[in-house]
Amino acid sequence: MSTPEHPTEPEVKNGFTDPGLADHRPRRADVEPKADKRAERQVAALFTVSIIGTVIALWAYFTKNDMEPGNVADIQSTNMWIGLGIALAMLGIGFGAIHWAKTLMRDHEMVEERHALRSSDEAREGAIQNLKDGVEDSGLATPDESGTGVKRRSVLKGSLITAMAIAPLAVLVPQIGNMGADWNVGKFRHTMWAPGVRLTRDPDGTPIKAADVTIGSVFHVIPDGLNDLDHHHKMDQKAKAVVLLVRLDPKDLKIREGREDWSFDGIVAYSKICTHVGCPVALYEQQTHHLLCPCHQSTFDVSDGAKVVFGPAKRPLPQLPIAVDDDGYIVAQNDFDEPVGPSYWERLKGDAGTATVEEETH
Amino acid sequence: MGAKVNTAAAGTANFVDDRTSIGGFVKFFARKLFPDHWSFMLGEIALYAFIVLLLSGVFLTAFFVPSMETVEYEGAFETMHGVEMTKAFESTLHTSFEVPGGLLIRQIHHWSALLFLAAIMTHMCRVFFTGAFRKPRELNWLVGFTLMVLGLAAGFTGYSLPDDVLSGNGLRIIDGVVKSIPIIGSYTSYWLFGGEFPGTALIPRLFTAHILLVPGLILALIAVHLFLVFLHKHTQYPGGGKTDRNVVGLPLFPVYTAKAGGFFFVVFGVIALVAALFTINPVWNYGPYDPSPVSAGTQPDWYILFVDGALRLMPGWIFGIPMEWEIFGYTLSMNILTPALIMPGLFFGFIALYPWIEKWATGDRGEKHVLDRPRNVPVRTGIGVATITFYVILVLEGSNDIVANLFHLSLNDLTIFFQWAIFILPPIMFWVTRRICMGLQRKDRELVLHGHETGTIVRHENGEYIEVHSPLSEQEVWLRVQHEDIAPLEIAPEYNEHGVRRKGYRWDRFKQALSRFYYEDRISPVTKAEFDEAQHHHDHGHAEADIQAADAKDADKRLTEEWDKVEDEASK
Repeated sequence: MSTPEHPTEPEVKNGFTDPGLADHRPRRADVEPKADKRAERQVAALFTVSIIGTVIALWAYFTKNDMEPGNVADIQSTNMWIGLGIALAMLGIGFGAIHWAKTLMRDHEMVEERHALRSSDEAREGAIQNLKDGVEDSGLATPDESGTGVKRRSVLKGSLITAMAIAPLAVLVPQIGNMGADWNVGKFRHTMWAPGVRLTRDPDGTPIKAADVTIGSVFHVIPDGLNDLDHHHKMDQKAKAVVLLVRLDPKDLKIREGREDWSFDGIVAYSKICTHVGCPVALYEQQTHHLLCPCHQSTFDVSDGAKVVFGPAKRPLPQLPIAVDDDGYIVAQNDFDEPVGPSYWERLKGDAGTATVEEETH
Repeated sequence: MGAKVNTAAAGTANFVDDRTSIGGFVKFFARKLFPDHWSFMLGEIALYAFIVLLLSGVFLTAFFVPSMETVEYEGAFETMHGVEMTKAFESTLHTSFEVPGGLLIRQIHHWSALLFLAAIMTHMCRVFFTGAFRKPRELNWLVGFTLMVLGLAAGFTGYSLPDDVLSGNGLRIIDGVVKSIPIIGSYTSYWLFGGEFPGTALIPRLFTAHILLVPGLILALIAVHLFLVFLHKHTQYPGGGKTDRNVVGLPLFPVYTAKAGGFFFVVFGVIALVAALFTINPVWNYGPYDPSPVSAGTQPDWYILFVDGALRLMPGWIFGIPMEWEIFGYTLSMNILTPALIMPGLFFGFIALYPWIEKWATGDRGEKHVLDRPRNVPVRTGIGVATITFYVILVLEGSNDIVANLFHLSLNDLTIFFQWAIFILPPIMFWVTRRICMGLQRKDRELVLHGHETGTIVRHENGEYIEVHSPLSEQEVWLRVQHEDIAPLEIAPEYNEHGVRRKGYRWDRFKQALSRFYYEDRISPVTKAEFDEAQHHHDHGHAEADIQAADAKDADKRLTEEWDKVEDEASK
């Protein structure tokens, strides 16, 4: 297998002849018995380091393990010492083995011939012949076929292919069908907001008086009643219903046509879910009235209908129409008039599935 | 003792071989040769990081509860007391704060995941720049490429499992991207999340993917990858005695058993050291997932940054033209589809198909086992650097808020800069790299023809100064002249002698154009004839210079002697 001398002619490239392998330069351990001994001791020392590392890891586990439950500093130091023990245990073995290989094992390179990967012509012909024989034995196709045979076999082939092609459906359809729950994608377009639902603080759910909202302040808002839902429904609803409430000086506020009565004395409410890919648009710049999404930096101008002024979003944030009830609390006039969050294919299409949604949220 | 062990070993070997004929196998493998080079261990790092992932992953499955059922936290970490969270998050806190060594193993797992992907990508770069993907290794390039994609999938599914606020926002982004897919988007989102986002189905589903489907596929493909490495035998760097018909190296047993086996322990040790000392992903600071809060400076794991960067880079409006289109009342979000699906599709498609693209330009030139020096294929090296530039711009844009903060730049200016740079910088880097490679090739020619500069300057009688050059050794010359001088493809004419148009002519034309792009403008290696002529010329030069150098020395000596004499006399 390994032949240091060349069995074949040396290569010639661009007229030059391959000079063959470079001369092997002996290492110190190859020529000096003292260096050889020293390398051996170093390898043994590295393996010993590994043994010490294992001992440290076990010691850390057993002695530090009777700490007070809940003491975070304690558990962190246990983790660190176990980790350092493991590191030593592994590095000792690793460096020892590599040092051994580099100083004491053979470093005189050997040569092995390669063989072309292509099968020999006989093997290829044999393979083709075997496959042909197999096809013939199966009765699918014969080179000298009679009229009736062909017909029967094409039926056989066709039915087999059809059967194979549709058989996975028997497994996949129930599998995929079940995974999407009720498939009612109309639920996207509705949130918990409805006429008269109070705007409350996120996360404690206390209602907000219009008088509490001073100019320049910002409130993270959830609909009243969200906290009464069980956790699962709460998360699903919260993912759509969160709102940012901001009060601007009314003269800074450009009111959109048709939305004259959607705000109250400079107080406006916009969906907090980004129209790009749905991150919460949580950063408000008081001076510029800009809302910034920390995920992809879409920037919306609250003073101008939350239109996009920078970044990857295309649409403004949906506005929640608000009013003030008799007790002075801010309430929603209605649900959003468009789906919140990222765009999807049928976003502008009908209102399918409203009824079922109403049922399910209650 | 020794004899006893030997007898026992022989007995066992005999027992096993009688039942498996493993002897032939051992004979074949034990002394298989592997060439030695540091760059060959990049793939090893990936393999070993994966083994560490499996080991630490098994530990974690013993404590992690893949459930989205809600509980109120009562555990050891007091800051979170009374907070509603899913069992997934609670069990993550439990593993971190109540299982001794639990947090360590979590950190080992996370750090090795980062290392796994970093090693895969660096390994791919090594394979790319040295041309190790050429015949017969194209299929193994595809296997490795698939492993990289699976690595991304493994990373992302695992990152999302603790159900913390950061990974939850990551999933929400995925939901937004999925919903942008035309026609089936909304339904695909329902399929994935089992209804509306976030639902209660996702964590268990991700868990199955993360611990069974994806690692199972990775394991199977690693087996194929390594089998093909053995079948093809390893590539080697050029040098004397190394050809496409042999492999020069050291045997698997014992040298590589010790070196590569030892290296596993080194990789494990370094990961353990980093995990012991550096916190990663402290989910207890972020809190459980809640759709409302998010903090500034949120980042995915580094390997996802390029997609996130693309999402940040693509504007919603370009010169006043919206990137979200309404077609017959249906919505098509090009501002999401382009960066999150089309760009990665094209980018990965190009990487996967690259060996074939280069083959169209080069033609089938047989099996290549001697690696290219990157400078000898300037166009490929240029394409590689341009691709890396493209990728790095996206990664930087993926952390643009952090970059802007660090260098006190405007976030918006930085994004606008990257929006232009993504189109302008890769071509520039291609051109610059290609020129640098050609410069290095010229330098190689210069060295072969004229030898090393020695720093010895000699002055001719006529006043001309020359530097003495010393010739290269045989090995040094061979390294610089052994590569193939590939000329652009020649194709058969469009019409044959009967004036009939040839089938496949257009395809050939395309390959020819590609081939010209690769090889038209090239620096050929020195040929023996050129070398001999230069030697001949130099022999004269050398002889002359040597004589003059000797003369100069003599004159020097004479002057010194005379000077000494004068001094002697003066002192007398």
